[in-house]
Amino acid sequence: MIKIKNLYKNFGTLEVLKGINLDISKGEVTVIMGPSGSGKSTLLRCINRLEEITSGTVIVDGQDIMDKGTNINLIRTEAGMVFQQFNLFPHKTTLENVTLGPLKVRKMSKPDAEKLGRQLLEKVGLADKADTYPDHLSGGQKQRVAIARSLALRPKAMLFDEPTSALDPELVGEVLEVMKQLGREGMTMVVVTHEMGFAREVADRVIFMDDGIIVEENIPTEIFSNPQNPRTQGFLRNIL
Amino acid sequence: MLLVGMKLTILITIFGLVIGFFLGALTGLLKISRNLFFRKLAGVYIESIRGTPIMVQVMFIYFGLPMALGMRIHPMMAGIAAIAVNSGAYIAELVRGAFQSIDTGQTEAGRSIGLTHFQTMYYIIWPQALKRMIPPLGNQFIISLKDTSLLVVVGVGELTRTGQEIIAANFRAFEVWLTVALMYLVMTLSLSRLLNYFEKKMDINK
Repeated sequence: MIKIKNLYKNFGTLEVLKGINLDISKGEVTVIMGPSGSGKSTLLRCINRLEEITSGTVIVDGQDIMDKGTNINLIRTEAGMVFQQFNLFPHKTTLENVTLGPLKVRKMSKPDAEKLGRQLLEKVGLADKADTYPDHLSGGQKQRVAIARSLALRPKAMLFDEPTSALDPELVGEVLEVMKQLGREGMTMVVVTHEMGFAREVADRVIFMDDGIIVEENIPTEIFSNPQNPRTQGFLRNIL
Repeated sequence: MLLVGMKLTILITIFGLVIGFFLGALTGLLKISRNLFFRKLAGVYIESIRGTPIMVQVMFIYFGLPMALGMRIHPMMAGIAAIAVNSGAYIAELVRGAFQSIDTGQTEAGRSIGLTHFQTMYYIIWPQALKRMIPPLGNQFIISLKDTSLLVVVGVGELTRTGQEIIAANFRAFEVWLTVALMYLVMTLSLSRLLNYFEKKMDINK
């Protein structure tokens, strides 16, 4: 589903990713962990080309995202992105946030898009908030709308960039619940998060990154109970 | 007679500002475009207008340009052009500022649901920027309205000019200038009321 080969990314003279190799198969839930500045978010953003890669290849759903013939707008609809800061459109209602993609990118009719939008809002537990503006929602509700907005394009994979880091602790659960459900439904997911519980319960694999490289990867039970690399050990000691 | 002048003032302001707004919006967008040439072009326009007095600009458009081009220009047209060109430069900076004040996360969110660059601008950034632009835009509209009084120097029969003509006949400077001032005040107050109304109307969280 997603194949990353020898990915390098520099910001000016700063090397952020130093040769990443990663294969994510269909239906797999991958959690990426690591200290801040280790390149987790940058890696995620390279997958849908919110960041231009410096060298290497990224193949999403069989298409090289840097290839000239690739329509990047379509790739982005195949890999939906959920941001730490939600980034909902404040001038649009919840329902309009969700239907914008289907209407303008998928060229759906308005009734179809609204039907889909309401279905997805229901799925994330916000059917009653369709006509509310984002400013009147809690952080957890905003993030659930953001997930529905991405799902509205029927993506083949979902990318989550620290989706619960900006939330008050009591709101984290409702967002994780939606994500767990998605994982159980077989959605291919790449999640940058420090939520150990989520990783344990849903992830097929945990990747530990540090200083721009993948230091260690394993199934959750193994990596949490028996980390091999000293950097992974140190990191896990600090967050537990 | 003063009312005739007032009508002309309003006409010049409306035409000048409508053109100025489009000119400003275009220049503002060029200023933040990815193309270096467009950015420079917009920069030269903005700097040269901001850096010269509007009085000189009016004279240049009415007396200077026709001489260089070998054609006459109607004073009214010169007036509208001067207001448009002058306000356009200031509006360009407002537009640029408003666009840049929108969080980059909005653009990223737009692009990540597959919208093109243009669609993201049109559906996501522009409506939010427009709302932020209204207060400073109102300020500029009022300044431009008052700037029309400078067109007296090229003989446009707007409000200030009519005032002068009346005084030339009856010498009642106090009453006439007071009336002229009040008439400007009526126009600017109505304009700010109108903009307030739009601002409220666009506020979704009233």
